[in-house]
Amino acid sequence: MRVAVVGAGITGVCVARELSRYRVEVHVFDAKPDVGWGVSKANTGLIHACYDDDPERFPVRAKACVEGNRMWRSLVEELSIPHSWDGSMVVGDEEDLPRLRELLRRGIRNGVPELRIVEARKLEPLIKGEYALYAPTAGQISPPQAVIAIAESAAINGVRFHLETEVKGIRVKSGEVEAIITNEGEVRVDAVVNAAGLKADEVAGMVGLPMEIRPRKGEYLIFDEDAGPKPSHIIFPVPSERSKGVVVTTEVSGHLMVGPNANDVQDKEDVSTTVEGLREVYGKASKLWPLPPMNKVIRSFAGLRPEPRGGDFILGRTEVGGFYNAAGMRSPGLTAAPAVGKELASMIAEDLELDRKLRWKAGRPLPVDGGGVVCRCNLVTSGRVRWAIERMRFLGVKTPSVDSVKFRTSATAGTCQGSFCRVHIARMLAEEYGVPLWQVTLKGKGSELGVGDVKALVI
Amino acid sequence: MDVVVIGGGPAGLSAAIRAQELGLKVVVVEEGRLGGILPQCIHTGFGLLTYGEDLTGPELAHRLINSYQGEVLRGHAAGLEYSYHRKRVRVITEGGTVTLEAPTVIYAAGARERHAHEIGIVGDRVAGIYTAGEAQALMDLYGVLPGREVVIVGSGDVGLIMARRLSLEGAKVKAVVEMLPYPGGLARNLMILRDFNIPLLLNHRVVEVRGRGRVERVKVVSGSKEEWIKCDTLLVSAGLVPRVKLLRRAGAIIDERTSGPLVNDRLETSLPGIFAAGNSLVINDLVDYAMEQGRIAAEGAEEFIREGGIPSQDWVKVIPGDNVRSVVPQLISPGREVIAYVRPSKPLNDATLTLPNGRVRLGVIKPSEMLRVRVKAEEGGVAHVEIQG
Amino acid sequence: MSPTSKFRVNCIVCPMSCYVEVELDGEIRVTGYRCPRGKEWAVQEALSPKRVVVTVLKVKGGDLPVVSVKTDPVPRDKVREVIRELSKVELVPPLRVGQVVAEVDGVKVYVTREVRGGQQTF
Repeated sequence: MRVAVVGAGITGVCVARELSRYRVEVHVFDAKPDVGWGVSKANTGLIHACYDDDPERFPVRAKACVEGNRMWRSLVEELSIPHSWDGSMVVGDEEDLPRLRELLRRGIRNGVPELRIVEARKLEPLIKGEYALYAPTAGQISPPQAVIAIAESAAINGVRFHLETEVKGIRVKSGEVEAIITNEGEVRVDAVVNAAGLKADEVAGMVGLPMEIRPRKGEYLIFDEDAGPKPSHIIFPVPSERSKGVVVTTEVSGHLMVGPNANDVQDKEDVSTTVEGLREVYGKASKLWPLPPMNKVIRSFAGLRPEPRGGDFILGRTEVGGFYNAAGMRSPGLTAAPAVGKELASMIAEDLELDRKLRWKAGRPLPVDGGGVVCRCNLVTSGRVRWAIERMRFLGVKTPSVDSVKFRTSATAGTCQGSFCRVHIARMLAEEYGVPLWQVTLKGKGSELGVGDVKALVI
Repeated sequence: MDVVVIGGGPAGLSAAIRAQELGLKVVVVEEGRLGGILPQCIHTGFGLLTYGEDLTGPELAHRLINSYQGEVLRGHAAGLEYSYHRKRVRVITEGGTVTLEAPTVIYAAGARERHAHEIGIVGDRVAGIYTAGEAQALMDLYGVLPGREVVIVGSGDVGLIMARRLSLEGAKVKAVVEMLPYPGGLARNLMILRDFNIPLLLNHRVVEVRGRGRVERVKVVSGSKEEWIKCDTLLVSAGLVPRVKLLRRAGAIIDERTSGPLVNDRLETSLPGIFAAGNSLVINDLVDYAMEQGRIAAEGAEEFIREGGIPSQDWVKVIPGDNVRSVVPQLISPGREVIAYVRPSKPLNDATLTLPNGRVRLGVIKPSEMLRVRVKAEEGGVAHVEIQG
Repeated sequence: MSPTSKFRVNCIVCPMSCYVEVELDGEIRVTGYRCPRGKEWAVQEALSPKRVVVTVLKVKGGDLPVVSVKTDPVPRDKVREVIRELSKVELVPPLRVGQVVAEVDGVKVYVTREVRGGQQTF
């Protein structure tokens, strides 16, 4: 038996890892050069407490979120995923108390433990607001590192990753999936899991199923580590219908981060930042927290969320035999992913009558350190960079990219944004991958570090 | 050990050489190449004031390295702990973490470059965006050509020098874009624009980058006008920032005007026995000044050790006045003639500098050319430094 | 240069940055300078400007793939030719600072960074 997972984002790797517990061949396909380079790499990284999802309107979301939150607590330990469990505060004033109570009641209905309304400044003295809904079970992870860790764990248990491999079509015969067609050829499969994020609608279309996923852009600002005070909780405004709002948080790496806004866009590749968007983010965040000035920003970025029609996750069996959706994973998709993975895997195991493996390994190798410092801002050593490159090769990363090292080590993500160390990391990648230095990429083919050797245009 | 010098660039090595001449036992901590940024600055213009010779960066580095015979510890200084008699410097080396102890520290860790995110450039985060110094290292140390069609942000020296290097190696520099109404570089570097026919866009800003994978075009604005320039490379030469993280975390006071530590005329920071020199003290445009600061700091360290501390005095506070962006040192001894570095805040054609000890006719001045002057102030006052146009 | 052209330049001999004008109309007339060195430099710059060329040459088996070099002053309009010629050169270590490693039309090329043989360094 063989299962294909389309998409190596957080959802895809969670499904693959859960499937690896069964006696089945699992193949994960992704068009990007590394795992988690779509929706997963650019979001807030929050493990939500799950008081926000209305169980009547979004029953799938509400259920998966609560269970996912519980699963993350052990997953971060099992796989050594960088995390913090700071708890979140939805902050408001006197007039917001009814809304905070509404969220509290919803949280109680969802089964969220330890929720309470508190005097905000007792917990967080610099916060701008009187009252807060405090949710101690909310946490944070580094999403790209989480995807990598889960993918590695899956690979250790036999899952095969096919990166830079685009799924072009899915062959269906008498209402059952039969094969998956990629730019690398055709593979016969017994089941397909559509975890293709922003492109899940295209993949559903390949088997004739209607689906609509619209990209919703969110922009972020990250400040220098010593730029100003940082909160010890995740701070939310009172949420709107569209989104949970601009968050202020001290991210896992220790930097103050604010974002995202929420703007619907057309282009599923458009992750550009905008002047207006960043201003909006800064303006909204400064209503919650005393922010450092804009010139203390060390990075701005944007990501896209896959917004499904109707707003709820699209999970499970379909009219096409062997075709399963794990799609529309908008917020709280990251939180829900482990639960979604478990649910899908047991569904497929049931349908294909799969047996559990006798032996399955939970953990993954711990990072190695040593050697001199390469990234001065985040104190990443050359030993850690070499380890990251070794892990890239283990997973089947074909194109050497600085970003692959960045997401495994945090090198180049500090104050100077790699202006000192990018070239040193690229030299190690060039050496290990056996390519000329200028051909090392920043983030995949077409983003090479240079255009040739220094005499390329003179000769 | 008498003194730990953090940083083996021109300031650090000059400090180490001088400290040895004064009989101190020195260790230099260097995380990259000895010579600091000099080996990648392959152009001439170094050491004119110190040696009366026009050297290239690597040649100056060679000369400094050969003149220093003392100990060098290869590694990254990751921690600095202050106590009056003993400073501890935690260094991460190839072989593990080493802690150095000495009564004095000379902090000469240099600067970093301001990058695209910090100057508010938005759009796509793609390949082809470099700080000027990163592009310089790529070309002149590692033999990589960064791009074919280049737009440079900022008309400071590094940007102009890279305009020449890229042009020489066959790339096309399409524009140097300067936010201010006047160019930022030294006069000798502005000649590069004439030599290679490179347009200088004053009062313009690059605000946005677009491209898939690599830069394809950048948006340049001036007032309400905007224009897209096609290019595959954006070089950011938007100034340097002193690297003072360790000093700040150790508790040193940072001067908002220089972004470096506040110092007295020995270049001693607010932490007794910790001195600063070079670009981590104040951004210099001439290496000769960075080297001189290293020597002054070394003399301060020697005095600290000999006297058990810099003698107490009623420090005279230097007050930057009209047309002065910053002055280093910020505190001077009464009755003692000391060297000060004055950064003008705008260009003037017939400027006169007023110091407590008199007036100096300067002629043409520019913010890009730091002034080096001798200042003497009397006890019980403040020292106003101002420039009249 | 045409017979009645005017050449304007900011002097770079010293920080005074005099704005010097050189008029070439049969005879040479120079104005705006404040010292003889500036006058001499401006005339040279107007008549036959020279430049020290700095570039890098390829090195096989060195600590780094290239080494920095500088030339004797070259007439400005010959600079590109010198660069083109030098792009063909590949050196092998050891290389000493000041060592002449090439000559283009009588213009000597000097190494400015020491290169020992052996391992590449990071």
